[in-house]
Amino acid sequence: MRSFQQRLSEFGTRGIRVVGISVDPPEINQRHSQKLGYTFPLLSDPSAKIIRRYDVLHPAAGPKGADIARPAEFLLDSNGVVRWVNLTENIAVRARPEQVLEALNQLSPAGQ
Amino acid sequence: MKRKWNWPIWVGFVVVVAGLFSYEFFARFPITRDFPWANFLLFGIGIALLLVGLFRAFGRPQVYRGKIFGSIFITIAVLVVALFSYEIFYVLRQVPASVGAPRVGQKAPDFLLLDQNGKPVGLGDLLSKSKGVVVIFYRGFW
Repeated sequence: MRSFQQRLSEFGTRGIRVVGISVDPPEINQRHSQKLGYTFPLLSDPSAKIIRRYDVLHPAAGPKGADIARPAEFLLDSNGVVRWVNLTENIAVRARPEQVLEALNQLSPAGQ
Repeated sequence: MKRKWNWPIWVGFVVVVAGLFSYEFFARFPITRDFPWANFLLFGIGIALLLVGLFRAFGRPQVYRGKIFGSIFITIAVLVVALFSYEIFYVLRQVPASVGAPRVGQKAPDFLLLDQNGKPVGLGDLLSKSKGVVVIFYRGFW
């Protein structure tokens, strides 16, 4: 997430928005994004309704057995169609921004 | 004659403990998080030092101290490395398969959620003002 913030301008110049989703309430997300300087929307899904809809729920994996999201990254085109997806098999290994930028280059080479 | 301080045992143990507690720091950087080689490097150095100390303690017990506490320390160190490996190679890989997650070519489910400022943000709004959106799901609990 830190790495996506660092390269956010590269997404911006391509007209691509970045959003994060977790079960944390807005107050926690506000504190967290202020602390780490995140400027992209960090969305709150406390009931995990959207997380379930994307089938990225990790049941009882949070503190005190809370249901949380598993790490996952989706790249959507302007019609909301998935063009690239990363469902990691290891919680510690997340998609890096350069992977998503590379996927963007493959989909629409520069200049188009 | 007073026996000598067997420093590799102490330093080795401290390095193993540092290898465990530095995980939080190294996990901040993808290069040391995707595979925690920096932690395993510290474990390796620490256990090597412990072995050197133990060889001295058992080889020349009249010169070097550490037969008892050296054995205790290396047992703890091996347990620390075993637990760490269990976390890294087993626990972190227990991720749901997410077979129902939207696939390439499928339309992503819509959402309307509050952002960090309490403002509702919908996927439709994001898409209407952009050429695309990267949606990143996080474990959260920050």
